[in-house]
Amino acid sequence: MNRLKLILLQVAVGFGFLLLWHVLTNYPILAPTRQTQFFFSTPLDVLARVWKEFASGEIWRHLWITLMETILAFAFGAGGGILFGFLFARRELLAAVFDPYIKAANALPRVVLAPIFALWFGLGIWSKVALGFTLVFFIVFFNVYQGVREVSPVVLANARMLCMNERQLLRHVYWPAALTWMFSSLHTSVGFALVGAVVGEYLGSSAGLGYKIHEAESVFDVTGVFAGMVILSIFVILIDFVVTLIERRLLVWRPAPSTNGQG
Amino acid sequence: MALSAVHRRRNRSILMPESQIAPAVLLRSVAITFGPKVGGYTAVQNIDLSVSPGEFIAIVGPTGCGKSTLLNASAGLLKPSDGKVEIFGVPLHGLNSRAGYLFQQDALMPWKTALQNVAVALEPKGVLRKEAEAMARDWLRRVGLAAFVDRYPHMLSGGQRKRVALAQMLIRDPEILLMDEPFGPLDAQTRQIMGNLLLELWAANRKAVLFVTHDLEEAIALADRVVVMSAGPAAGIIGEFPVPLPRPRDIAEVRLEPAFHHIHKKIWASLRTEVQKAYAQGEGATQ
Ligand SMILES: Nc1ncnc2c1ncn2[C@@H]1O[C@H](COP(=O)(O)OP(=O)(O)O)[C@@H](O)[C@H]1O
Ligand SMILES: [Mg+2]
Repeated sequence: MNRLKLILLQVAVGFGFLLLWHVLTNYPILAPTRQTQFFFSTPLDVLARVWKEFASGEIWRHLWITLMETILAFAFGAGGGILFGFLFARRELLAAVFDPYIKAANALPRVVLAPIFALWFGLGIWSKVALGFTLVFFIVFFNVYQGVREVSPVVLANARMLCMNERQLLRHVYWPAALTWMFSSLHTSVGFALVGAVVGEYLGSSAGLGYKIHEAESVFDVTGVFAGMVILSIFVILIDFVVTLIERRLLVWRPAPSTNGQG
Repeated sequence: MALSAVHRRRNRSILMPESQIAPAVLLRSVAITFGPKVGGYTAVQNIDLSVSPGEFIAIVGPTGCGKSTLLNASAGLLKPSDGKVEIFGVPLHGLNSRAGYLFQQDALMPWKTALQNVAVALEPKGVLRKEAEAMARDWLRRVGLAAFVDRYPHMLSGGQRKRVALAQMLIRDPEILLMDEPFGPLDAQTRQIMGNLLLELWAANRKAVLFVTHDLEEAIALADRVVVMSAGPAAGIIGEFPVPLPRPRDIAEVRLEPAFHHIHKKIWASLRTEVQKAYAQGEGATQ
């Protein structure tokens, strides 16, 4: 009942927003409709365009490219972040020496790197993967570093008393602890992989969702821009859903946040 | 003179079968200082303690006196600032691989089920996974958790978690058992059940035990010998009391015997002033 009410309210808000948009763009309330439609399009037009994109099959190619870029950026970023996070957490000296450089690199706004990556890797998918990588890498890196550094000293001492060697400690203690931290930032890092891909496409490419939006924008096709945004949102929600499933599967051992797990 | 004594002991331990003569754990004039050597906090000082193989020793003392610190030194997790630790006649360097340690705090790996937590203890010994899991299942059954093998630690009660930790320690069959207030946070009934379980397991396969507790009655009911520590800083051992109660014992019933009361009274007389001292220092409030 409560849940149903919530869903109804959520739908009502969305519907209300669409209705407002529809009314304001189809009736000359604030300005002539020609003018409002030029700037804001109309919800029905946007919907029709989204439908057309999917029906004609034109959009799938772009979705596929963006998905590939996102997955590759995440895979490389997470892989590198885990590797270096581990390395730096276990080697004090490395962490100390590289600290200022890592902070400086992380402070850099990644957008400025996009043209350079385009120069280095061309306009294909790899320049977008590189941009996503620079975003994902640091998130995962910092989380894994933290996770390995903050392993519970008691759990660690216990594992050592069980005579585990360094490799076994890595596998049974450090690695799961680091993964926990990584997964706590999974939604963020996957999101950033996607941001890297889309922004990269937007700034220069010939395929992908970012390209579609940019293409529509350059001819003042507001309907096309909004349609691209709607498709992008659906895409993000689907990816986030998959991430949630993976997270649930891998973190079964964690107490659910709502229940009181202590006994 | 001290040097020649060292030599003699060393030679002896090489020439003779160690199990016959060497104590399982020997602490000799051990002192442990936290922080800088000068001006740091000296938790314990002048500790001399010897645990024979197969002997069950309980350590009692006011909270904060350094009981955990002594166990950590015996486990090799802490290096004494002074004095030395010998395990079966061999000076201890690094971790004590012949000891199992039951920690005061929860030390199970939260990302492993009860079964995985126990089975993983055999991995360093090179036992194959299948076999290790079969043995772990058996140990969990012995500690009464047969129905809980696939639970993660957060799905177990405090007492159940302690039992998993007990199984994790015992499955490796260590020669020395170090236990730090293992039943501390449990309710009275569970403590009794766990105490009897421990005695039963220990009787089947006698190990040297160093059992820390703040519960004097529990100490007497379990141990062959009760060691009383003074309040810190620079805590020391102020008394050792043999417990000549017959075995096998039942934790609940042994408390009713007159001899138990006699021993309790004697130990409490020496412990009481120390507990009061600790309270006066404000230690009692903080743990
Ligand atoms: N790592 C540490 N650094 C400084 N002081 C410590 C540390 N560990 C323990 N102590 C101090 O040493 C004393 C003994 O601690 P502990 O052995 O844990 O006592 P308990 O007898 O309650 O187990 C306490 O006063 C505690 O504050
Ligand atoms: Mg303690």
